Order: sequence, then C-alpha cells, then structure tokens
Amino acid sequence: MKIYRVNMSKLSFVAEEVPDEWKVLGGRGLTSVIVAKEVDPTCHPLGSKNKLVFAPGLLTGTMAANAGRLSAGAKSPLTGGIKESNSGGTAAQRLAKLGVKALIIEDIPEGDKWYCLHVHKDGVEIKEETELLGKGNYEVIHTLTSRYGENTGVLTIGQAGEYKMSAANISVKDPKGHIRSLGRGGLGAVMGSKRIKFISLDDNDGKGVEILDKEKFKNAAQVFNKGLLSHPVSGNALPKYGTNVLVNILNEAGGLPTKNFRMGQFEGAEKISGETMYDTIMSREGDPTHGCHVGCVIRCSQTYNDKDNKYLTSGFEYETIWGFGAGCTVDDLDIIAHVDQICDDIGIDTIETAGTMMVAMEAGILPWGDGHGMLKLFTEEIKKGTSLGRILGNGAEFTGQAFGVTRIPTVKHQSIPAYDPRAVKGIGVTYATTPMGADHTAGYSVTSNILNVGGHIDPLAKEGQIELSRNLQIATASIDSAGLCVFTAFAILDYEPVSHALIDMINAQYGTNWSVDDWFDQGRYILKTERSFNEAAGFTKQDDRLPEFFSEPVPPHNVTWDFTGDELDQVFQF
Amino acid sequence: MEVNVKLFGDLREGRFKEEKTQLEENSRVIDIINKHNLPLDKVAICMVNSCQAEFGQVLQNQDTVAFSPPVGGM
Repeated sequence: MKIYRVNMSKLSFVAEEVPDEWKVLGGRGLTSVIVAKEVDPTCHPLGSKNKLVFAPGLLTGTMAANAGRLSAGAKSPLTGGIKESNSGGTAAQRLAKLGVKALIIEDIPEGDKWYCLHVHKDGVEIKEETELLGKGNYEVIHTLTSRYGENTGVLTIGQAGEYKMSAANISVKDPKGHIRSLGRGGLGAVMGSKRIKFISLDDNDGKGVEILDKEKFKNAAQVFNKGLLSHPVSGNALPKYGTNVLVNILNEAGGLPTKNFRMGQFEGAEKISGETMYDTIMSREGDPTHGCHVGCVIRCSQTYNDKDNKYLTSGFEYETIWGFGAGCTVDDLDIIAHVDQICDDIGIDTIETAGTMMVAMEAGILPWGDGHGMLKLFTEEIKKGTSLGRILGNGAEFTGQAFGVTRIPTVKHQSIPAYDPRAVKGIGVTYATTPMGADHTAGYSVTSNILNVGGHIDPLAKEGQIELSRNLQIATASIDSAGLCVFTAFAILDYEPVSHALIDMINAQYGTNWSVDDWFDQGRYILKTERSFNEAAGFTKQDDRLPEFFSEPVPPHNVTWDFTGDELDQVFQF
Repeated sequence: MEVNVKLFGDLREGRFKEEKTQLEENSRVIDIINKHNLPLDKVAICMVNSCQAEFGQVLQNQDTVAFSPPVGGM
C-alpha cells in the first residue's frame, strides 16, 4: 500500500511509502493521526495549510462484511477543531483495491481554475474541470458514470461545497448511483477551498488488498459475518425499517427533540415514523432494504418514491426525518423526502441544516411547521448562494447569530442531533465531550439508555453515563478505524465471539498479535490525539459543555441537564 | 382497570398500533404481553408512561404501556 499525496498548488502527485507508525492505522485512526501531525491546529480551515485526508479502513477491501466505510478528515471549518466523517458508498473499497492507504490533499491552487482528480492503478491525474462546475451531485455522478463506466467510484461536492459553506458535505456515489454522505463538519467546504469538484476512482487492475494469513482471515471472517446476521438489531430490525424506526421509540421515551428542543414528544410522530415510512415505501414500489456498499449484510438503507412511484430519495435517515420533522414541527414525510433529496444534491449536511431551519423558525424567517417554506429556502436561497442562503448554509450557530437568536442547539459550533440530552443523558455526555462537536455516532449511549442493548442505564439519571459515554467513544474510535459500519457495534459489543473474530481478522491481515484490549487501546490513542489537536486549536474545558438553555426542564419528564463541569471533565480521565 | 397499549415495529403485524386493554386490578406488564401473545424474545423495550419498565411492574388505571421489538439506528 502507498500514501498518495496531491499538492494543489504545484498540481503534483507523489506516491510515498507508508511510514512504520501508520502501518496498522486505518480509517479515522489514520485521518486523525495525519491531520494532527501535518496540519497546524491554528490554521485557517479554508486556507492553504489545511489538508483533506481520505482513508479506507483497516479491513476495507477484504471479505469482512460491512467494512467498506471511507473516513475523511481535516480541520473543520464548522467546529474549528479536528473532524472525521465517514460514509459508505463506492469510494473506500476502490481506494483499498488500488493500494491507497491514504489520499492526502494539500495546499490551494493559484488562480481561479477548478480541478478534478482521477485516481487509477498508476496514480492520480489532476485535470482542469469546467463542465460540471455549478452542477448538483446527482448530475456529477450520472455524467462520470457515463464517461468512465458503471464501476467508477465518485466523491463529489455540490453547490454548497463550491460556495464553501460550513455545512457543506462530501458526497459518495453508492452502488445504485445514489448518494451517501461524508456528512458532518463542513468537509465539503475544505474540498471546495482546494477547488476540487470531484474525485473519480477507477480500480481496474488494482492489486487488491494484501492479507498475510489468508486461511486464518477467512475463518475469522465467517464467524464475524455470521455474528452480524445473528444479532436481532443488525440481522433483523435495521434491514426492515432502517434507522427511522427510532422516531416512535424516542417519542414514547420523551426524548424526541421537538420545536427546537422545547418538548420531548411530537404530535406528528406517527406520521413521520419508520412504520409509516415502510408502509409508504411498499405502497409506492420502493425498495425497503439495501446496503450502502458492497459487502454490507445489514442493509439499513432504502429507496423512497414519490406519489407517482418515481425515485425521490434514498438513505432516508432518522436524523434527517427527526430534524426537519419533529425539530421543525413538520409532519409531512413527502416534503421531508424532498428536502433530503435536495440536501443530497447540493451537498449539505442534513443534521446541521435541520438545526439551521429550527433556528430560522426561531428567528421568524419562516413559520413553525412550514415544510414548503423550508423547501423553498433550499431551492431559492441555499442552492443559489444568495445572501440569506449563505447565512443558512453556514449552519445553525451562524444563522442564530445573524438573527439575534439565543436558543441555538450546538456544541463546538456543530448542531445537536436527534436525542434530547436531558431525557437521554448518556448521549448528552457524548455531545458535550467528543472532540467532534455535537455528534451522536461518536459514542452512541442511546444503546443502553433507550434500546436496552448492552444492558440498561436509566436515561433520566446521571448514574453510569460518564463511564458509558467514555467506553463507547473509545470503542467507536476503534470501529471507525477498521472501516466498519458503526452498526456492527451491536454484535461486536454484545457477542464475544464476534469481537474476537474481528481481532483475528486484523491479526491475520497485518501479522499483529493484538487482543481486543489492544484494539481498544488504539481507540484511546486516537481520542487523545484528537483532543490534543483541539487544545492546540484553542479549545478549553468550556467547549465541553451544553448550551445554557438546557437547564430548562423538558416535558414530559421535566428533566434538566444537570451535569457539572467537573463531572463532564471525568470522561477523558483515562 | 384500563390501560392504553402501544405497539411499535413489527409487533404491530397481526395486532394493532394502539388500543385500550381491560385488565384485572394489580395486573403487571407481563399480563399484557401474555394477553396479546407478544413473543417474549421480541419484546426488547418496554415503557410504562414513557419510562423503562420491567415485565413484573404493577400497573395502574390509565397507564400507557408501549412495547418495541429489538431495534437499532443512529
């Protein structure tokens, strides 16, 4: 494997040997270590000193199921700290097959031209790009597929990334030609600052991934893959309903943030629920279950059609539906699906933009519950890069400040996801303390707080939440480095044979001699690396806190956010 | 006494979304599970009045009891 280094000022490409200390790093482990090593933490995230790093995971490109995730990392223009975002789709496996351990993009072009990168078996071509500038992601993917063939992988930014909006994401073509997202933290703006519109990936004649002990790997992979299918969550629930099954659960638990985190229950919850979505998909001949990358056995994604049974959107997630739905008090799943589609097309993070819309409604820019008005803000303002669009495209906090709103649900300037931290206290601890900003995937305490996976910890009380969040943050950093979909965590954490099989695969592939604990040590190391970067970037303990308004009680439980600063500071004592 | 029963996910199949159920005084959560033939291994989450509850919990008149199969998401 090689490190591919592209310099956008010199328009040069070089393939480097992998340094020893990076050999058993992958995914988030590798992107965070590279960013921490090579990026000045005080640099301007849209300037020449930031770097955009892509890395497939340790197991990507092998027969391990659900190992096709791609990590992308940089200094985030949204949070101002280190960011890793990961996604399914077609990119990670192609990079792995081509022998690319990491693709590092540095510096900024002189002049006004835009570029694209084409990655193939001999390296990276940097070409000028004019045709697809200003186009949405769907058109980019369609054009490149026609140009280079069905098997081409694509990473692309939409208009939002071209405008360098802080909520801009990087989109990844999925096996059906639809869109997955390297969603959070504005990495699309970083790609836009380097004036790269897209990266196409041709893995023909790629050497493939090297595995030292193929027999041992194969045996371990069989145990691992079977284990994923045997767990009730990854084997049954996620394939059928996708992530949106959570709407009714969180609503019942009183933790579904409604009307910008005023209440924990939404009257329209049933109308936007996973059950309603499943019935709608089936009645309109959509596809209720498919994977976001080849080798996925969990298949949590789906295709949602419009009233005329035509494709509308896919990868229609709980976070998106919660945010534009309960968060904004919109109860029309079709309108939310249109919003999902346009977010995918212009390349902007749905979680951040949902928070932005809540704040916009606080500001009176549009009424609460106005789904059509919300859609118009996307088509007429954000997509067109108007002054209002540029405010909205910069996220919830920027929008709130522009309009004098104080009720802004962010941590480290990133918008809070779909669980009220007062009613699901374990996730609140993660929101506050993860180096990623308000991020739910970084340490998904909802497992024990609400889902009764891996035990039960009362979501309304403080007991046990600090340890829970800490342990999950460590485990997740490790999983994110393996290129594994985070939904493998259910089986990994619940079934010892599965976690052992995972370690056996890593040891077989890399010739290491790790225990499960060694693997989690890597997670600890990654977190400490990320925290150090953030400290050097200017973050203090005060950035590990929730906004002031969470001291208000939230109905129905009327609970408040009552962790002290000292308690939260315990998370990273390890 | 009367309790309001809510079912989520595929527990609804062949049953209902939400229904009032009549029970004897001092009935427990498990009595509802038995009454509606919910397979025990398919009841992963149980809430009484929006709080997690054990199967042995004693119910009061007008309680709302919700059941979900094993689910995940993010």
